[in-house]
Amino acid sequence: MATHALQDTTVLTRRSLRHIARSPDTIITTAVTPIALMLLFVYVLGGAIDVGSGSYIDYMLPGILLITIASGIAYTAYRLFMDLQSGIFERFQSMPIARPSALWAHVLTSLVANMASLVVVIAVALLMGFRTSTSILGWLAVAGVLILFTLALTWVAVIAGLGAKTVDGASAFSYPLIFLPFISSAFVSTDTMPAPVAWFADNQPVTAIVNSIRAIFTGQPVGADIWIALAWCVGILAVAYLFATRLYRRKIR
Amino acid sequence: MTAATIRVRNLQKSYDDLQVLRGVDFDVAQGSIFALLGSNGAGKTTVVKILSTLLAADAGTAEVNGFDVADSGQDVRESISLTGQFAAVDEILSGRENLALVAQLRHLKHAGQIADELLARFSLTEAGDRRASTYSGGMRRRLDIAMSLIGDPPVIFLDEPTTGLDPQARKEVWRTVEELAKNGTTVLLTTQYLDEAEQLADRIAILHQGRIIVDGTLSELKQLLPPAKVEYVEKQPSLEDVFLALVGDNGGADGSSDSAAVHRTADAER
Repeated sequence: MATHALQDTTVLTRRSLRHIARSPDTIITTAVTPIALMLLFVYVLGGAIDVGSGSYIDYMLPGILLITIASGIAYTAYRLFMDLQSGIFERFQSMPIARPSALWAHVLTSLVANMASLVVVIAVALLMGFRTSTSILGWLAVAGVLILFTLALTWVAVIAGLGAKTVDGASAFSYPLIFLPFISSAFVSTDTMPAPVAWFADNQPVTAIVNSIRAIFTGQPVGADIWIALAWCVGILAVAYLFATRLYRRKIR
Repeated sequence: MTAATIRVRNLQKSYDDLQVLRGVDFDVAQGSIFALLGSNGAGKTTVVKILSTLLAADAGTAEVNGFDVADSGQDVRESISLTGQFAAVDEILSGRENLALVAQLRHLKHAGQIADELLARFSLTEAGDRRASTYSGGMRRRLDIAMSLIGDPPVIFLDEPTTGLDPQARKEVWRTVEELAKNGTTVLLTTQYLDEAEQLADRIAILHQGRIIVDGTLSELKQLLPPAKVEYVEKQPSLEDVFLALVGDNGGADGSSDSAAVHRTADAER
């Protein structure tokens, strides 16, 4: 049974990647909102925001990347929900496959889809003048943080997809996540916020992650932020994974 | 006497306060067609889900192909195939891709070749490269059943296989089921259509209020009522006879009686 786990996961991942390849609009839709926000902040609001030296797009791209992931995982929950709804999930579960592979296929697909959307957003940012002095190693570090963040939110999306009663419910959970970067250091320095808001912004995961990525892109030392960021990601991942697998086992027995 | 391929004893299941199964017992002999008959909500699907290891029973035991569904789930899944109430096909994939997907998940070699053979057998070759979302209800159900046959599982569960199908598609499904049993596959079928059970099943069990209230062959069930009395009844064609006569019963063998049925209807209407 375990010998088939890898093979089954591969087959099922290929299936859901095919879904994405046949409706690439999910990648585009995921990228459109962050790109629109980027245009809005850089060309409309950016002039009024003082972030010290450096261009504003360099400052806000990390936050935009997190917004991209937060909106991308809504599709993960949606795809999982549709599989449960249509009965194809039951078909897979009644077959002699390694059962968790049906879930892992969705997780891997979520990773691939989000990475594709991120590449689109970064490409647009480069066209708009985003520049970084970071090395290949720096890019790999950024990719590592983004992948970890995607994985953590993907397992949150799995909970939503498994637990939802309606299609809207399956994706509605992502709205607060998309909003979270606005109350963080993603677009303005938290120093400018009233004390209680600043306190929240300083102590929520997005600020640490944004500060880490920004530091890597600008060649500054990441300091303690990177550890706080990693701790948040691993923590969310662990808790969401536990809940998701428990929900899964209760659903499929 | 062959041992039963499916053996169900005192099966019980509740959803919260609702007791759906209150002790269900039945046996299905190898290579036979067994119909579980019951109205909506009688618990037919619950029985099928427990037998296909999608749901755990609260009490009682069930064995499929010699394996206990609670303890040897993977062995049970090796032995069965489930065609659920709603045709569970992947709408975004083509018919051929759907079949190849199942073949791969059953770890068979030559998935493409298996897919082509089944497309031909279920007259879907032409539609094979089209997305399943473009299929009609009947084609979808055919694809669904074709997917269930991959790997020749010795036991097949068909949960209301003809619900929502037109009469022709229904007859096609019936022919497939009969063929399966002829080749030694054990079929457990749930249905709410009495004529379907009458037409197909070697044994019929009626599930009512969480229990099997009768279980037997058609003639045994008929004997439960007072002996037949002879009455003279004017034989009217059923609406189904008329419908099939007018649109043509694909592959049906009785073309002559069809036209007779039409004439008779016309007479009846005066």
